[in-house]
Amino acid sequence: MPGSNKIEIKKLYKIFGPKPLPLVEKVNNGIGKDELLEKHKHVLGLNNINLGIPEQSLQVIMGLSGSGKSTLIRHINRLIEPTAGEMIVDGQDVLTLSQNDLLEFRKNKTAMVFQKFALLPHKTVLQNVSFGLYIKRVEPAEAEKKAMHWIERVGLLGFEHRYPQQLSGGMQQRVGLARALANDPDILLMDEAFSALDPLIRKDMQDILLEIQSELKKTVVFITHDLDEALKLGDSIAILKDGSMDQEGNAVDILLSPKTEYVRKFVEDVNRSRVLKAKNIMQNASDIAKDLLNGQTFKVKADDVIEKFIDRVVVDKPNVIEVMGENGSALGYLSSERLSEILRK
Amino acid sequence: MADKSTNFFMDFPTLPKELIRAFKKSTDAAYKAFSREYGDYIESFFNPLLKFLVFWEKLLVATPWSVIIGVVCIFAFYGTRSYKIVIGIIVSFFFVGYMGMWEDMMESMGFIIVATIMSIAIGIPMGIWMSKSNRAQAVITPILDFMQTLPPFVYLIPVVMLLGIGKIPGLISVIVYAIPPMIRLTNLGIREVDREILEAADSFGATPRQKLTQVQFPLALPTIFAGVNQTIMMALAMVIIASMIGVKGLGQEVLRAITNQYFTLGMLNGLAIVILAIVFDRISQAYGKRIQKHRSGDAI
Ligand SMILES: Nc1ncnc2c1ncn2[C@@H]1O[C@H](COP(=O)(O)OP(=O)(O)OP(=O)(O)O)[C@@H](O)[C@H]1O
Ligand SMILES: [Mg+2]
Repeated sequence: MPGSNKIEIKKLYKIFGPKPLPLVEKVNNGIGKDELLEKHKHVLGLNNINLGIPEQSLQVIMGLSGSGKSTLIRHINRLIEPTAGEMIVDGQDVLTLSQNDLLEFRKNKTAMVFQKFALLPHKTVLQNVSFGLYIKRVEPAEAEKKAMHWIERVGLLGFEHRYPQQLSGGMQQRVGLARALANDPDILLMDEAFSALDPLIRKDMQDILLEIQSELKKTVVFITHDLDEALKLGDSIAILKDGSMDQEGNAVDILLSPKTEYVRKFVEDVNRSRVLKAKNIMQNASDIAKDLLNGQTFKVKADDVIEKFIDRVVVDKPNVIEVMGENGSALGYLSSERLSEILRK
Repeated sequence: MADKSTNFFMDFPTLPKELIRAFKKSTDAAYKAFSREYGDYIESFFNPLLKFLVFWEKLLVATPWSVIIGVVCIFAFYGTRSYKIVIGIIVSFFFVGYMGMWEDMMESMGFIIVATIMSIAIGIPMGIWMSKSNRAQAVITPILDFMQTLPPFVYLIPVVMLLGIGKIPGLISVIVYAIPPMIRLTNLGIREVDREILEAADSFGATPRQKLTQVQFPLALPTIFAGVNQTIMMALAMVIIASMIGVKGLGQEVLRAITNQYFTLGMLNGLAIVILAIVFDRISQAYGKRIQKHRSGDAI
């Protein structure tokens, strides 16, 4: 279905506390998180979240601690019941599923990777990776075959009979990733999956995820509070603050036109030349003066980040840069004014 | 007037003696009537338990001592992997047998085995139920507190009134005394399981039953085993007291020693009980530790 989203979140509210329902209206009328806690002793988890996530895309959700990221992602597989709203996956509202249908939904459509890994300490790596298949009552021999495939894929061959406690953090999270993928879910939910890892291992894991994603094309919801990670992984980024969505868009939108002070603070320390790719910032031929287009020879690859060609730009001082695709044809152009404006902002 | 009020604060105000006597009498009479009425029925209800107990006692008494020591040593070695403990068991059991207390020890051992099996069989399901329901926990916890603080002699009384003197009332009082840690620690172990791990199981669509058997129960096992260990120890302590209502074995000899002031007899049998306690304790703790081996980082 072109144009329709894999996941469609509509007017989702979550208020924690004993009697949340009457408070939705108050929140709608503009009561903030602090006031709600002060006056009504309820915690505002999510406030009118609307978000569409296209099939096969990697959606990042960002925000400071306590902004409601974990709460939001747990609504997708309904580990948390909302106070109001809709959570539509493949055209079906998850929140209306019966208990049994919900279990089926979790078995087949989603799989989750956790910040603190949440492996089963009394089971081996192999048993952990085949856990979801066991729950689905897949035949043991087949489950083992599938599990071994993913153990190999995340680079843990030879460790399948170890226990989680015998592995390093990075290896444990590979188990977590393999456990999720072995289930062959449409949707991968990752709640700060790499946040507990040290930087080098974190980068490894990001690369593994990107590699697997380029091949499998799952719909991934990825939570992080690290902007560099968000920009590296995300097709689209949503920023949460105190349970509300502050801004949603692709990396360039967020970097170049932050809508609120909060988002601006988030992005101000980012090294843009290292994150933005030529294709992110290129213009159409029509945006550029005709006479400049003629005879220009400076070309860059669409997937190159600015940092990669900025040295040559400084030396050659071209008026216009041609951005070319895989086969060398021009995808778009980049004027020197545009480039300097982006780097200056 | 003044006189009276001093009296009120100095001497405890009590019900008239006749009233208290009447209260005690009528309660006892009601209870006696109940046990006369239903005693037989209750006794036949417990008949299978009696058969189970007699089977174990006969089995242990009839089995040659060499076989018993061999089996206990195999258990101990498999659990502890320690020759020291195995040798300790052989020497101390030999001592008990050499001093003529073998048969008594076997009776006590059979009694404790049955009491422990019954405590586990009743205690674990109750503990699981308690962990699943906050209301059950709210009701059962004070009952367990009550059971554990009540002096053991006191609840011998209703059991004896109902079932008389013998093995079954003895066994029941031992189970009642020894079961609370089993229930408590099963509940605690299950409730202590990491929330995130349960969430992971939920996220894969596990049913409550799958969660219990695959996640909660296995992760609670070390705590449950601590409960088994405590239950055994408490059963051992209670076996001595239960000898007052006709439980045979080492306890009865101790009781005889007390009533007749046989110092050496009392000491020897007391020693045999200590030996039994240490052996049970070491073996059950060793198995508890084996279960948690995956928690340490070492290779298995
Ligand atoms: N079960 C709960 N009961 C009450 N309040 C809750 C509950 N769960 C979460 N909250 C509150 O909801 C808000 C959002 O929490 P959430 O865990 O979603 O934040 P987060 O963005 O994931 O933060 P972090 O980066 O620390 O993981 C917080 O204020 C938190 O205190
Ligand atoms: Mg979180």
